[in-house]
Amino acid sequence: MNNTQFQSEPRLPLFSVAMISATALAYEVLLTRLFSIVQWHHFAYMVISIALLGFGASGTFLALKSQLVENFKPVYVTNLILFGVMALPCILFAQQFAVHPEQLLWDPAQMMRVTAVYLLLALPFFFAANAIGLALMRYRHKVPKIYSADLIGAGVGGIVIVGLLYLLFPIDVLKVLSVFGLVAAVVAGFELRFDRISIAISIVIAFSLLIALSMLPPAWLNLSISPYKSLPQQLNVIDTYIETERSSPLGLLSVIASPAVPLRHAPGLSLNTTVEVPEQRGVFIDGDAITPIDAYAKRDDSAYLDNLTSALPYHLNHPKRVVVLGAGGGNLIRQALYHGTPSITAVELDPYIVKLMRGDYRDFSGGLYDLDTVDVQIKEARGFIDGNPQHYDLIQIALIDSFAASSAGLYALNENYLYTVEALGEFYAHLSKGGFLAISRWVKLPPRDALKLFATAVEALRRAGVADPAKQLLLIRGWQTSTLLIKNGRFTKQEIASAQQFCKTRSFDLAFYADMPTSLANQYNVLPEAYYYQGAKALLGEAPEQFLADYKFNIKPATDDRPYFFYFFKWRTLPEIFSLRGRGGTPLLESGYVILFATLIQAVLISFVLIVLPLWKRMRANNVRRGRMVGYFASLGFAFFFIEIAFIQKFLLFLHHPVLAVAAVLSGFLVFAGLGSYIAGRWQTSWDARNLVTIAVIVIGILGLLYALVLPDLVFEPLIGAPMPVKITVSLTLIGLLAIPMGMPFPLGLARLGERAKKQIPSAWAINGCASVISAILATVIAIHFGFTIVVLLAVMLYFLAAVIFEF
Amino acid sequence: MLHIIRILSLLLFSSIVLTAEDDYQLQRKGMIHAIEADVRATKIYLEKDALDPRVMEAMNTVPRHELVPHKQRSKAYRNRPLPIGYGQTISQPYIVAIMTDLLNPKPEHRVLEVGTGSGYQAAILSQLVRQVYTMEIIEALGKRARRDLTKLGYDNIQVRIGDGYYGWKQHAPFDGIVVTAAASHIPPPLIEQLKLGGRMIIPVGSRFLTQQLLLVVKDEEGNVTTRQILPVRFVPLTGSH
Repeated sequence: MNNTQFQSEPRLPLFSVAMISATALAYEVLLTRLFSIVQWHHFAYMVISIALLGFGASGTFLALKSQLVENFKPVYVTNLILFGVMALPCILFAQQFAVHPEQLLWDPAQMMRVTAVYLLLALPFFFAANAIGLALMRYRHKVPKIYSADLIGAGVGGIVIVGLLYLLFPIDVLKVLSVFGLVAAVVAGFELRFDRISIAISIVIAFSLLIALSMLPPAWLNLSISPYKSLPQQLNVIDTYIETERSSPLGLLSVIASPAVPLRHAPGLSLNTTVEVPEQRGVFIDGDAITPIDAYAKRDDSAYLDNLTSALPYHLNHPKRVVVLGAGGGNLIRQALYHGTPSITAVELDPYIVKLMRGDYRDFSGGLYDLDTVDVQIKEARGFIDGNPQHYDLIQIALIDSFAASSAGLYALNENYLYTVEALGEFYAHLSKGGFLAISRWVKLPPRDALKLFATAVEALRRAGVADPAKQLLLIRGWQTSTLLIKNGRFTKQEIASAQQFCKTRSFDLAFYADMPTSLANQYNVLPEAYYYQGAKALLGEAPEQFLADYKFNIKPATDDRPYFFYFFKWRTLPEIFSLRGRGGTPLLESGYVILFATLIQAVLISFVLIVLPLWKRMRANNVRRGRMVGYFASLGFAFFFIEIAFIQKFLLFLHHPVLAVAAVLSGFLVFAGLGSYIAGRWQTSWDARNLVTIAVIVIGILGLLYALVLPDLVFEPLIGAPMPVKITVSLTLIGLLAIPMGMPFPLGLARLGERAKKQIPSAWAINGCASVISAILATVIAIHFGFTIVVLLAVMLYFLAAVIFEF
Repeated sequence: MLHIIRILSLLLFSSIVLTAEDDYQLQRKGMIHAIEADVRATKIYLEKDALDPRVMEAMNTVPRHELVPHKQRSKAYRNRPLPIGYGQTISQPYIVAIMTDLLNPKPEHRVLEVGTGSGYQAAILSQLVRQVYTMEIIEALGKRARRDLTKLGYDNIQVRIGDGYYGWKQHAPFDGIVVTAAASHIPPPLIEQLKLGGRMIIPVGSRFLTQQLLLVVKDEEGNVTTRQILPVRFVPLTGSH
């Protein structure tokens, strides 16, 4: 096709490309949300790999069927329609293949189900990728424009989905996205100058689908939550029902009432108590973690809360200013009130929980969140503490994750900024003199959480300049929960005596305090050995590094750069656990990380089977060096997402709100990179493409490294207390400077390919697609082991590599 | 002629049944060997290298395949947990054997089970103690277990459908209590209903995977202590500390 022909063509389908790109990204985010509800969070990585399957398959399909581009208009629109039509049924059908991850370990049939789910869910991505890939092939001389529409669309999609998830339940969002797909087809009809009849038919199809969706029986649209999660288990109990549900990107809240068999959530309750747990409503988050709301009539209703390990600080002194981080349904607030605390701050991230407490459950909870003594702050915990001049007598961190999921290692991949060395340091700095930081965790056997937390506290105290951390730490444990106290000051003899008394009357064990006699370490909840005491002593001893190395689980402190507190897995221990799998050893496997790794291997295999094998021979073109071409587009795919993912995490510590930070950073990167692509398109007529790529890469390298090394101290720290709009503006400016050059190398490479070997465009598209999706999984693996700074460093190196091998 | 065909069919059918029963018996034997091997491997936590022979005999007697859903029958004797519907599971035989052994059951004992599930644990206990009282909160499961246990002729098991939190006061105190239903804490009424010198056992973990076993002991003075047992030979440290 020559330029004269090109000029006579219809308008570029920029809007429809942007729309389908937005919708596909929104669909991906929605799938992650749905998987978090019906399964667990770590399946987010499976979603990424599903998208990869769709994108990879599409690239190969287009390369093998490149003649489709000759019928571009109908094929393009058909793919858009197919996305819209298939988006919802694919998820509904996929639900029918009930996958139970734990059974994967011994039931091979589960693998068949997983494969079926993969294939079904990959279909919509396949159609979306076909549409975008076809547009790139068809308008190969306008690649930067098409690509910028693709990126800007995806960026907008990232914001739209967050908004939709606040407004609607996930299943309704799914309906909206189906319709978006069809609207994209109608828009394409206009852009490509279809005849009126065709456009009218498209509109009729779109409306018919809309009507059909709204008429679907609700039973068809129910989410099939895994029966092994807490919510369905509770719903099995006679007369139990969901009283209220609220949904947001932060999670699906389901409040259950159980009038016949009362809910009694009191983990770690002392064996010695005879007090009753009052009537409760259970607030389940994504069908699993639970935070109860206690009914309140009189003070004695809260007496059970004095029989939990978390009540310890109230027996050592009388804190006047208490803050509870992760207040949820408010039982730690209630605990503080029980002990007569005059000023309590309840910090809760999810506004819907606060709304429930102040609305539907105000009377039930005795107006807990509206009491004069309770100040409710809807904030993320670190965000609340950062830049807050107040000091507190007690900072309590609630135990909210579910034991079953936690003990199975399902949180291994959750970035957590609450239990890092830096976080504990900040909390410690906000303690008044003699004040306590109290953190309760589940007791696991062999010990993991409590010892890792202890190691983190030791490190945080050392960084705060405490010469003898042992004197400021006190750890107790029941059979189910442990509570660690970090004091701003040394524990007094009187406090130790009170702790001993507290434990004795409740049959809790003292696990550590300075100069504790060994005989006290294993009295009531007897372990094969006094693991907690031995571990704490070793972590404070002369060779803590040796202890950490010898321990069979990873209990090295988590940091802000490697925020994986729940990652306990050690490769070295895997063979031993594997050999014990039939002998009760399977529960020792931290499945979250194993699933991540399996997903990574699977993603690499899929790439190999879908792309390398079918396309390798076809990638041979006379005037293109195959290895360089593959290297170039793969490097860009990896590098772009490495930087994006690493900076989402870095900015999370500045913006503090997980949803806001992810939406702003993700969309910021995509939109600005889209702008970069557009600018590259304008400049490529007057600049040599290779020089443009080199300049872009140099800017990326300088800014990337600068940001990774100095952002926290030079920008985040001084602005930590600034209003949110200022913080977002600063973040977007910083992201923009980096993302604009990041958007250039890919379209410039694709345009170069269009000049030399146009048939290779879909191959490049497929390679880049696969690399970017593998990179999302790989970035997490690298961050777990080496930290996010290394992820940025690798990305910069990959960009430089791309610049070097540009001439393919 | 018809008569002969009937007799032949009957013989054929009974031989199939017999073969199937023999097959299950063989599988049960295999399961027993697997449990014995696992117990030897875990002796450091169990503080013994073999379980009570009476417990092993009970494990060898109870037809586990009759107490799992039909489609799971072929897997009934594998040493692994199985789903039984309603998000519930039947524990792997090795865990059931250890739990039963830790309870130290005696022929004169009366035992309470909270969380009947499939009825398998109750059936094992019924071979070892005088009377088993078992409670199930999920109505459909309770009814199914009651039907299956009655069909199998276990007449020293009483199944009640209801909330196990308050135990079964009418028959308290108990020599042993098994709590297989997931609970956020140990219900105080159950501790009260445990006899002096009695033992309570609780598997802790997710539905499929038992992370640890919690043995609650009430001594002759009424003091309550727990022992946390890892049902696997695994020492968390490799160095010497």
